[in-house]
Amino acid sequence: MNGATSSKTSPKSTIQRHQVRKRSPTERIRDFDEVSLGFELSQALAEAKRCLQCRDPPCVRKCPVEIDIPRFISQIKEGDFESAARTLREKNSIPAVTGRVCPQERLCEASCVLSNIGAPIAIGALERFAADTSKEYDLAIPEISLGRVAVIGSGPAGLTVASDLRRLGHEVTVYEALHELGGVLTYGIPPFRLPRDILTKEIKYIERLGVRFEKNVVIGRTLTIDELFDMGYDAVFIGSGAGSPKFLHIPGENLNAVYSANEFLTRCNLMRAYKFPEYDTPVHIGDRVGVIGGGNVAMDAARTALRLGSRHVTVIYRRTEKEMPARIEEIENAKSEGVNFMTLTSPIRIIGDERGYVRGLECVRMKLVEPDSSGRKRPVEIKDSNFTLNLDMVIVAIGQGPNPLIRQTTPELKTDEEGYIIVDERCRTSKRCVWAAGDAIPESETVIEAMGGGKRAAKDIHRYLTYDSARNSPWLDREFT
Amino acid sequence: MVKILEKMVLGPGIKSLVIDSPLIARKSRPGQFVVLRISERGERIPLTIADWNTERGTIKIVFQEVGKTTKHLGSMNVGDEIMDVVGPMGQPSEIKFYGTVAIVAGGVGVAEAYPIARALKSVGNKVIAIIGARSKDLLIMIDEIKRFVDELFVTTDDGSTGRGGLVTDQLRDILNEGMTINRVITIGPAIMMKAVAEVTRKFNVPTVASLNPIMIDATGMCGVCRVYVGGETKFTCIDGPEFDAHKVDFDLLILRLNMYKDKEQIADRVCS
Repeated sequence: MNGATSSKTSPKSTIQRHQVRKRSPTERIRDFDEVSLGFELSQALAEAKRCLQCRDPPCVRKCPVEIDIPRFISQIKEGDFESAARTLREKNSIPAVTGRVCPQERLCEASCVLSNIGAPIAIGALERFAADTSKEYDLAIPEISLGRVAVIGSGPAGLTVASDLRRLGHEVTVYEALHELGGVLTYGIPPFRLPRDILTKEIKYIERLGVRFEKNVVIGRTLTIDELFDMGYDAVFIGSGAGSPKFLHIPGENLNAVYSANEFLTRCNLMRAYKFPEYDTPVHIGDRVGVIGGGNVAMDAARTALRLGSRHVTVIYRRTEKEMPARIEEIENAKSEGVNFMTLTSPIRIIGDERGYVRGLECVRMKLVEPDSSGRKRPVEIKDSNFTLNLDMVIVAIGQGPNPLIRQTTPELKTDEEGYIIVDERCRTSKRCVWAAGDAIPESETVIEAMGGGKRAAKDIHRYLTYDSARNSPWLDREFT
Repeated sequence: MVKILEKMVLGPGIKSLVIDSPLIARKSRPGQFVVLRISERGERIPLTIADWNTERGTIKIVFQEVGKTTKHLGSMNVGDEIMDVVGPMGQPSEIKFYGTVAIVAGGVGVAEAYPIARALKSVGNKVIAIIGARSKDLLIMIDEIKRFVDELFVTTDDGSTGRGGLVTDQLRDILNEGMTINRVITIGPAIMMKAVAEVTRKFNVPTVASLNPIMIDATGMCGVCRVYVGGETKFTCIDGPEFDAHKVDFDLLILRLNMYKDKEQIADRVCS
């Protein structure tokens, strides 16, 4: 392997980025095992050598959780993987997860100085390598002496808040509505992108920090936020996620074999429907599947359908591939596995058969015109361009709205017109001693952004619970409108 | 893990379990349900809370053994543990003074109607119950429900006890006789609730049906329990389970309930 053993950095080895190994498409679509195999030792060492160790590293500035990227990479270069993992975990308790699902190409890696002369450092792959390779984690668990904090939801935001506050010496309990921990990492992201044992290992680490987890407790039903305060908590963090699937509101949407991506993925990922009948939860396996949407969730759904045995899977998107919000890597993965893409196409009606199952999807062709307020080109229908696709299953992956359960039972919590919880820069909500981040608040899109919000919240919760000056100042600097 | 404290056989394939769930017991209201998963490989199913005891910290569930999960649940005994129970889910029934309320229930719907009848009675309503089953041995909880109703009508499909026929025959008769009923609450098989709604629509009696679609998380996250009510898609788990029966698209509900019939048979075979 080029550069693996050589100590001097040649220009070529600086420019050339090492590619992670992937299982071949024909092999990987037959199971739910991980697609990416990550770096081998020699690749990781060689890739780490490419890092220029910038004094004022732009990659760190772009990282929502502020990982000391040059440091962990230099520790890999020295072969000290345990230290590299420790550096990661100082800021991020789930590096094996983020190393896999973070959109590095538009965060840390996008700002890498090496991009100017070649390809950026494979920061994500190195993060994953260090996290996977490290065996034992050093745990310096402080005595519990400070505040008591309740965290709602065990997804990326909740796990971040919980581990940060626990390490600062607070007592933390995480309440999870489902029977498994991890939130969207468990029910949403398929095991072929994030294997379950990897996630379990990361959560075990947080448990060993001393964070308590209570599963099967729905805040807003089993307990309310006010009851949490009655139980003696000093602070409550809401990381309840998005969790309400959007539908298209077109005729036929309630036919059998029309799924929200949430339902389809929850059946497969959380309930293990891909192992039916070994596991009890079934899922419909269509022969010709249409997935509506162009985000990462649409890619996950399409690739899951292929793995279940669907023969023809088509992603249907109303703009062009350039506007798709999914990661380029995931679009490429889907394509190489055989997912078809039909862009500039918008569904207008789902057609059912006499038994109430999907038989087809009527669509209309679109064209792009001048950008709208979102900055993306706006799709408009082309008149009389209707056509019908022959499909027997439709998965709607057009995003989610916020879950209403907490909002409905916490009247003081101000939300925007869509129902997202309004917060200030410190993640404070309109209710005293309640913070929120992740998909429950507006404009948080990725796992790492949720974690970044969680970090900001944890910092402010710590300050609030530790210093009288913080408690004695007004709760909010300004009124929410 | 949730321990089973009591078990009763109410009829052929109909069982009740009292389970140790203090948090759920504390919050339970009439009309709400729990979601349970028996074991690691199990599915999540919703079951209405048939009763609760805040002091003991227990809830009661009643179910008919119809599929793999309910059969497995029925085979469990006192001391056994259910892996996951979560709740109370759904919006509680609207309990207030209506005047005369008729509860029309079939099958295990009777158990689900019981706390609603009790609550409606406690706020001063006259409560009439029309209870139906296929035959005498499938009638359950008659003695319990009797304590909270002013008038009880029993029907069986085969005429083995009570009036021979359907609950709707009885309902139609008392409405025809001119009895004033201010509200009807119907709980049971979808096909029965559909028929009840058709009868009361003719007599303009406001009617609520407690719907029973397939669910997974029951927190509003997956949308599998969506129903069509008055031209709008609603999620039964968070908007329901009770809806205006005159606005519910029951045919769609029935269709969606049958979505996995073939798969359920496979699961059942693997189990037995």
